Amino acid sequence: MSTATTTLRWHVVCPLDRLDPDRGVAALVDGAQVAIFRTGDGLYAIDNRDPVAEAYVLSRGIVGSRQGVPTVASPLHKQVYDLRTGVCLDLPGVSVTRHEIRCRNGLVEVRLRQEG
Amino acid sequence: MTGGNVVVIGNGMVGQRFVDAVRSRDPQGRWRVTVLAEETRPAYDRVRLSAYFDGADADELNLHTPYDGVELRLGEPATGVDRTRRVVTTATGEHPYDVLVLATGSSAFVPPVAGTDLPGVFVYRTLDDLVAIREHARGRRTGAVIGGGLLGLEAANALRLLGLATRVVEFAPRLMPVQVDTAGGAMLRRYVEELGVACHLGMATTALRPGQDGAVGALELADGTLLDTDLVVVAAGIRPRDELARAVGLEVGPRGGVLVDDACRTSDERIYAVGECAAVQGTCYGLVAPGYAMAEVVADRLVGGEATFPGADTATKLKLLGVDVASFGDAHGTTPGCLDVTWTDPATRVYAKLVLSDDATTLLGGVLVGDASAYPTLRASVGGPLPAVPLALLAPEQAAGAAASALPASAQVCSCNAVTRGDVDAAIAAGCADVPALKACTRAGTSCGSCVPMLKQLLDAAGVVQSRALCEHFDVGRQELFDIVRVRDIRTFSRLIAEHGRGRGCDICKPVVASILASLGGGHILDGEQASLQDTNDHFLANLQRDGSYSVVPRIPGGEITPEKLIVIGKVARDFRLYTKITGGQRIDLFGARVDQLPQIWRRLVDAGFESGHAYGKALRTVKSCVGATWCRYGVQDAVGLAVALELRYRGLRAPHKIKSAVSGCARECAEARSKDFGIIATETGWNLYVGGNGGFRPRHADLFATDLSTEALITLIDRFLMYYVRTADRLQRTAAWIEAMEGGLAHLRSVIVDDSLGLCADLEAAMARHVTSYSDEWRDVLDDPDRLRRFTSFVNAPDVPDPSITFGTERGQPVPVGGRSPSPDGRQPVTLGLPEVRR
Ligand SMILES: Cc1cc2nc3c(=O)[nH]c(=O)nc-3n(C[C@H](O)[C@H](O)[C@H](O)COP(=O)(O)OP(=O)(O)OC[C@H]3O[C@@H](n4cnc5c(N)ncnc54)[C@H](O)[C@@H]3O)c2cc1C
Ligand code: SF4
Repeated sequence: MSTATTTLRWHVVCPLDRLDPDRGVAALVDGAQVAIFRTGDGLYAIDNRDPVAEAYVLSRGIVGSRQGVPTVASPLHKQVYDLRTGVCLDLPGVSVTRHEIRCRNGLVEVRLRQEG
Repeated sequence: MTGGNVVVIGNGMVGQRFVDAVRSRDPQGRWRVTVLAEETRPAYDRVRLSAYFDGADADELNLHTPYDGVELRLGEPATGVDRTRRVVTTATGEHPYDVLVLATGSSAFVPPVAGTDLPGVFVYRTLDDLVAIREHARGRRTGAVIGGGLLGLEAANALRLLGLATRVVEFAPRLMPVQVDTAGGAMLRRYVEELGVACHLGMATTALRPGQDGAVGALELADGTLLDTDLVVVAAGIRPRDELARAVGLEVGPRGGVLVDDACRTSDERIYAVGECAAVQGTCYGLVAPGYAMAEVVADRLVGGEATFPGADTATKLKLLGVDVASFGDAHGTTPGCLDVTWTDPATRVYAKLVLSDDATTLLGGVLVGDASAYPTLRASVGGPLPAVPLALLAPEQAAGAAASALPASAQVCSCNAVTRGDVDAAIAAGCADVPALKACTRAGTSCGSCVPMLKQLLDAAGVVQSRALCEHFDVGRQELFDIVRVRDIRTFSRLIAEHGRGRGCDICKPVVASILASLGGGHILDGEQASLQDTNDHFLANLQRDGSYSVVPRIPGGEITPEKLIVIGKVARDFRLYTKITGGQRIDLFGARVDQLPQIWRRLVDAGFESGHAYGKALRTVKSCVGATWCRYGVQDAVGLAVALELRYRGLRAPHKIKSAVSGCARECAEARSKDFGIIATETGWNLYVGGNGGFRPRHADLFATDLSTEALITLIDRFLMYYVRTADRLQRTAAWIEAMEGGLAHLRSVIVDDSLGLCADLEAAMARHVTSYSDEWRDVLDDPDRLRRFTSFVNAPDVPDPSITFGTERGQPVPVGGRSPSPDGRQPVTLGLPEVRR
């Protein structure tokens, strides 16, 4: 089944050097909480809300890799999410929305995706 | 007959087991049970009796469970039985029975020697005996034990623990004459004497003489020697208590004991006898396992079963003295034509003997002194073919491993829980891949633990590779990683993973490396790359709660706090609307802080003289204390002063897991020090140190490690203990599991950190000294550094906006979280009343 994607506009979030390598931060974009990560492979943005614990904490998880896939582990109950897709690697059927992210002129920008 | 009245005479270990067995087999309650008990306390664990001198109290030894339909009459001994009317009489009444069970146990045998009735002469059988021994030992200096068997040596150790200079007098020419042969006895003697217990062997005691105060003062030996002693314990053997049975004409065994058949029935078919008072086909057993088996047999018979007593394993291992002694099977080689293989090594002080059948193919029994590591394999092999050549069997390690793999499926691997090799192999085939899984699945290794090495060998034999890899990024365990970091002087995770691992790390290896770097003095835990390794708790120096808010916990060393500081905490909590709770660790936790509030809260606390309590992170948490000698009328030392000093010394120490401690000012133990990773209890003359306890998932009491230490000696030992733990424990391994997993256990730990057997102590002390001098408060360090402070906002692009997902309701007048999900679906936390949570 294909995914209907409403494309919204790009928001400047912060300068790139405000992001520590291998660590996340939370940002408010159009009223939504987004978790933003900078790793050795690039920038990633996913929902900040941990769908298992229903708390807004994913930006505070530990970043790493699993079999080469860039990941973040929820700080509450340690489920691991694929940063590229938002899919939970530990619980079948669980995932978070991923968002678009890029760096332009030293500024990090995010565009929300609404998947349904 | 499957119902009616059962009267049980005796509420000892076996009597109690019988009651448990009846209740579990007769859920409809067709049997009403009356238990007549001579002692005034309900059944307790006599096997662990000596633990009383290690601080265990009557509650801890308790074995009794109340049941419906069971009436326990304490302090009401049976005085007679009328077999025709079928009633048991006591001083206060009569109890009719349909079935009578004798479980009267044994009494200590006191040889006919003049003076055994003097005050200060005791036997070693009941809790009351031990209470009286402790009372009498108070303020006295010397003690003697008559009898050098298993029980006598256990009693001698108890007297040592009470601080008495102790000697043992044994009539036979060697110690443990029943279990050990001449050569083994000689080796054992050297170990015992090294513990400071003097041995007088081949020597009869002819009289006990009073001292000036009228209590016992000296022991007279057959050769006329007089030995001064302030206290005597007689442990010369036991006699089955068959007096009631004799009085009513039941048959008794040739050497005493109520004669029973293999259904445990006496010569009167309405009367059974179980435990130490019973002579099954003429043999009495002085061990608890055969007694338990008898109790099960009789319970089974009552519900119409056909169980019979299977015979008993009388293998024994000396406990408590820290000397490895084991004897099993036909240890003395009484089988006609049998052969011996012996091995004596005076250098390592190991003696071993195997008794083999006349064709040298079947193992019949053996004796081990000094190193009993081969015991589990050997005991399991008794009666079967030799699993390896005899000498290889005695050399432990690889050879024992090979031997284990040759065991037949019927060999009993764990005798405590009757688990055979076949059971273990089946569990492995069903997917158990490590020792904890095997323990959970088969119960093997969950009692005395002596078969755990064999479980490992069986896993090896089955080809299960027990990986020590930390995670997919590192092939080694925490300890090796620690050594690599230290020896190579690695300061960053990126270098470590580039040179010794792969990938980008994860939530398992990163915090481990963070902890290693921190304990090697890596600077502030939020500096540079280290920041990315920390768990959220360490990252925000506070404890993440389920709704995404944090708790703040100021350090209150030893639980001692001024009124001014209490007021500050109260004001901070009020101003930031925090939920406050006094916790089990004698701290005041403040809950419900948002990330962006943390620096403001810390500012107020730090200004008032507080520092971080390290309630986050794997580090030293609290050193609890009672009020001690300063206020308490029982206290013998300054518990608070010591707790404060220890907490300040070890604050901020990062470790494989959290560490908790406590100090009690006297043996009453109000601080519960024995449930801690290290606990201290004051004595009249110093401090006793306990290690390896915890109050966690599987509560465990700490073991007594060293006694009567000066404050200085105590701190040196704790320094070494903690550093050795920090360096060698596995990831998330608490001290209890660390010691359990250590080869050689507590004795090994003692040799490393007391006797310095590995030559590590100077290094460990220096490492601790570095930690102590380099400590600085992590909260203050953040407040002083704008770069670090920048992290404490809810949103990177909206620093002034509080996280809208964090909201509070009110319960019992305080804020409670509304967001976040609690583990149960309806949002309410179950109150489990200490029972495991039921998952649907
Ligand atoms: C210090 C010590 C260490 C030990 N260590 C070990 C060990 O390591 N391994 C091991 O296997 N075994 C050990 N034992 C032996 C073990 O404790 C016994 O085998 C076990 O307790 C026997 O249980 P029982 O119920 O038959 O007798 P007991 O536990 O002795 O209970 C008998 C009870 O019957 C009561 N009684 C007697 N007569 C009457 C009466 N007329 N009316 C009412 N009540 C009566 C007695 O007061 C007593 O409470 C040890 C024993 C001691 C003392
Ligand atoms: S442990 Fe001893 S000193 Fe401390 S409070 Fe209790 S009784 Fe008093």
